[in-house]
Amino acid sequence: MKYWRRPLDKDKIKTPKGHIYIIPDRCKGCGFCIEFCPKGVLEESDEINRKGYHLPKIADGKEDDCMNCNFCMLICPELAIYTEEGE
Amino acid sequence: MSAKGANDKGRIETVEEHPLDHILRQDRLPHIWCPGCGLGSAMTCYAQAIERVDIPLKKQVLLSGIGCTGRIAGYVKVDSYHTTHGRAIPFATGLKIANPELCVTVFSGDGDLFAIGGNHFLHAARRNIDINVICVNNFNYGMTGGQQGPTTPVEARTTTTRYGNFEHPLNLPHLAAALGAVYVSRWTTLHCRHLEKSMEKALQKRGFTFIEIICPCPVGFGRPNKLGEGLEELRYYREKSVIKNDASWDEMVLHMRGEEPIVVGDFVDTERPTYLDLEEQMLRAKGLIK
Ligand SMILES: Cc1ncc(C[n+]2csc(CCOP(=O)(O)OP(=O)(O)O)c2C)c(N)n1
Ligand code: SF4
Ligand code: SF4
Ligand code: SF4
Ligand SMILES: [Mg+2]
Repeated sequence: MKYWRRPLDKDKIKTPKGHIYIIPDRCKGCGFCIEFCPKGVLEESDEINRKGYHLPKIADGKEDDCMNCNFCMLICPELAIYTEEGE
Repeated sequence: MSAKGANDKGRIETVEEHPLDHILRQDRLPHIWCPGCGLGSAMTCYAQAIERVDIPLKKQVLLSGIGCTGRIAGYVKVDSYHTTHGRAIPFATGLKIANPELCVTVFSGDGDLFAIGGNHFLHAARRNIDINVICVNNFNYGMTGGQQGPTTPVEARTTTTRYGNFEHPLNLPHLAAALGAVYVSRWTTLHCRHLEKSMEKALQKRGFTFIEIICPCPVGFGRPNKLGEGLEELRYYREKSVIKNDASWDEMVLHMRGEEPIVVGDFVDTERPTYLDLEEQMLRAKGLIK
């Protein structure tokens, strides 16, 4: 990112990073987390859970993009996905 | 936590528990709601809100009437009442009057709260009973097979309006505001973060609060009205929602078709003495209590 004037606290402020977790057999494949993640981190995978639904996965090249905003957790109707602060 | 899945590329790390599991009755889950139904999102927002507010879970009570939305009282692990159809508000009123320490919330459907239960809403809001009413509006009676109800928009198709609905629907925030509710807001289930914050606000607010949640019911409303499955209906919300806190009553009317916007926001946030405030004030003035 280019700054017009370098913020004094640039070294101290870090964009939050998230680590994603899933409880696979709760997912009903609605696609809400995939469609509405503001960073486009998730996509549908080929993997099928016990109920026969396709699970979300982390899209290629998006491994470090989750910002732990928690939106996927709130919108998931099945309490199947959430994030925690990552490294 | 087990981490068996983390090696495959892109695979999300697998675990067995969710951070909000302790707020829900695990013995009753998984819930009965259809894939693509928004009720699960609404319940998650509520679980997050009751965990975040500074009110002990032991003092929180949740009530519902009957319907798909009505199941929520059975899933959340606070003291709860799954009451008869339309009667959650009278139960809630009784609870609050008998034990003013409690934080009392009613979570129910449009049919339950505004068709069979409409009269109770009227009088609880008028009296400013210090309870919170959260209505999931999916524009139909989801549980019983998608019949027309008091919020079904004009022209909408349901199993009982095969040629389109000829009735004018209720405008819920308008109604709540006119009755004197001290806090009135409306969000869709796509506005999770706003919705969760509004719930926190309502829980902490003194007086009668009302939140309307616009929610996909693909089975009873989405499919017959060409809004499609849950995901497509949420895309429609994204396209058509406008946040407008100072919306006029006319602007709040929902059409759910064509180019008409879905106006959402925090419409009312005010103060008014509650029923119990007035009782105490008047009895004290007459020297009947100290
Ligand atoms: C006294 C009585 N009348 C009718 C019914 C049938 N009934 C069950 S749920 C329901 C309507 C529910 O609609 P709503 O409140 O919108 O909930 P939703 O399923 O859409 O979430 C009706 C009419 C009933 N259970 N009890
Ligand atoms: S926490 Fe936010 S950024 Fe991370 S996956 Fe979920 S929605 Fe996307
Ligand atoms: S939102 Fe939940 S249920 Fe829907 S696809 Fe994502 S993890 Fe699965
Ligand atoms: S019928 Fe409608 S409201 Fe009921 S669970 Fe299915 S989608 Fe949800
Ligand atoms: Mg309904």
